[in-house]
Amino acid sequence: MAALRSRNISVSETSRPVLPRHARLKFDETRQVWVILAPERVLAPDEIAVEVLQLCDGVRDVGQIADQLATKYAAERAAILSDVIAMLQDLADKGFLAEAREKTP
Amino acid sequence: MSAIDTGVKAVAADPSDGLAILESRGSTAETYGIPLAVLAELTHRCPLQCPYCSNPVELDRAGTELTTAEWKKVLTELAEIGVLQIHFSGGEPTARKDLAELVQHATDVGLYSNLITSAVLLTKDKLSALADSELNHVQISFQGNEPVVADRVAGFKRAHEKKIEAARWTRELDLPLTVNAVMHRQNLFQLPDIIQMAVDLDADRLEVANVQYYGWALKNRAALMPTIAQIEEASRIVEEAQTRLKGILAIDYVVPDYYALRPKKCMGGWGRQFFNISPAGKVLPCHAAESITGLAFESVRSNHSIAWIWQNSEAFNRYRGTGWMPEPCQSCAFKEVDFGGCRCQAFALTGDAGNTDPACTLSPLHEQIFKLAETEAAGNNNHFIYRNFAGGTPETESEHGA
Repeated sequence: MAALRSRNISVSETSRPVLPRHARLKFDETRQVWVILAPERVLAPDEIAVEVLQLCDGVRDVGQIADQLATKYAAERAAILSDVIAMLQDLADKGFLAEAREKTP
Repeated sequence: MSAIDTGVKAVAADPSDGLAILESRGSTAETYGIPLAVLAELTHRCPLQCPYCSNPVELDRAGTELTTAEWKKVLTELAEIGVLQIHFSGGEPTARKDLAELVQHATDVGLYSNLITSAVLLTKDKLSALADSELNHVQISFQGNEPVVADRVAGFKRAHEKKIEAARWTRELDLPLTVNAVMHRQNLFQLPDIIQMAVDLDADRLEVANVQYYGWALKNRAALMPTIAQIEEASRIVEEAQTRLKGILAIDYVVPDYYALRPKKCMGGWGRQFFNISPAGKVLPCHAAESITGLAFESVRSNHSIAWIWQNSEAFNRYRGTGWMPEPCQSCAFKEVDFGGCRCQAFALTGDAGNTDPACTLSPLHEQIFKLAETEAAGNNNHFIYRNFAGGTPETESEHGA
């Protein structure tokens, strides 16, 4: 069984999301815009989404990502957390998010 | 690789995924920004002989193919001018011994790479090497859900078995998988089983692509054309599966345009958002464009840059936008919706690529061609003409009965 599994993810505070191999976040120099490259698709994430995705390294969990953004923007953590989860869940539903899993201890 | 126009269209098809934003920034109707994705047809060589192959009937010979160094230069240039994705296709791209080297080069210059393959030449080692070169995605074509139909359509023994094996290796290597199923009268009955096969193979996506009738498929139209009843049933099956498999398997579906009321927005419009590079290095507005005689296509071997060819060459500008359109297209409210349909189909069916695509109900030829399709679909000519470098070989009785 592969360590990454890209389908049927339910994003929660303890998820440790990471972009799968087929979804690559990249700054498009020609068009001066961030893009997610996916099979037969090019998505254009907004600035907040880009910031969240840059923190999705498969090590941090969603709670830690929310902590970091709440501190940076001096914003209410609960609101940030729910926004982050909604954004990542949308990406997961499209099949463009994977989850790092613990190996069986 | 016969469903390319489904795939490539999809690059800009869905505004909900944010691409519309990119289009308006990157290009306008008049300036034609560099496409996001390009199709690289590395070779026309292929061990399969599918009767609906999307390659031109006049295939490029091995001796004319771009060399490794030439392809690398092309990939570098594509990345520099703003192309983001490269689809390695053919023919059969794995017939090129330098494929892993080319994938690695695409990775090195920052291109997202997709392999469009029949998979019969793949070994687990070859696929591992491609994964190590950071290939991003694999698309495998299937001709059916079991060997009897599938191997006969492919004209290749044990093709189906090899494809299933390669699809398993793909997922074992944690590469994302799209199953591409090209559908026609002689395999549409297998559609529910093909959908289940894609689920069982742990594919991420399934393309259910009805054959588009030009080139080889036009030669084989009588043997391939589905009935309206088949298409209605297929649409129902796909809709049901899309709902049932939400979150498990994404299904893209392309109806055959003979049975549509409006023509397809082929290639997203000629020269608007797509080009491909043929094995010999021609830069083409679509993979079938060389079937249009009388158009000269520039090569990457010329003194022109790829960006110049895209923006300035006669072939790209000939059917760009809407200015070239005759009636009934010119005064049509849909002219910027479908751009008059498919130029290659207009050429194949009317003799003039500048005519309205007969798939459109507004074409004076629509009725006649639609009736012909219905007649062919109801007929019992099920024999194929197999695709090859010799211009095609009729199926023998023993192959047909196999």
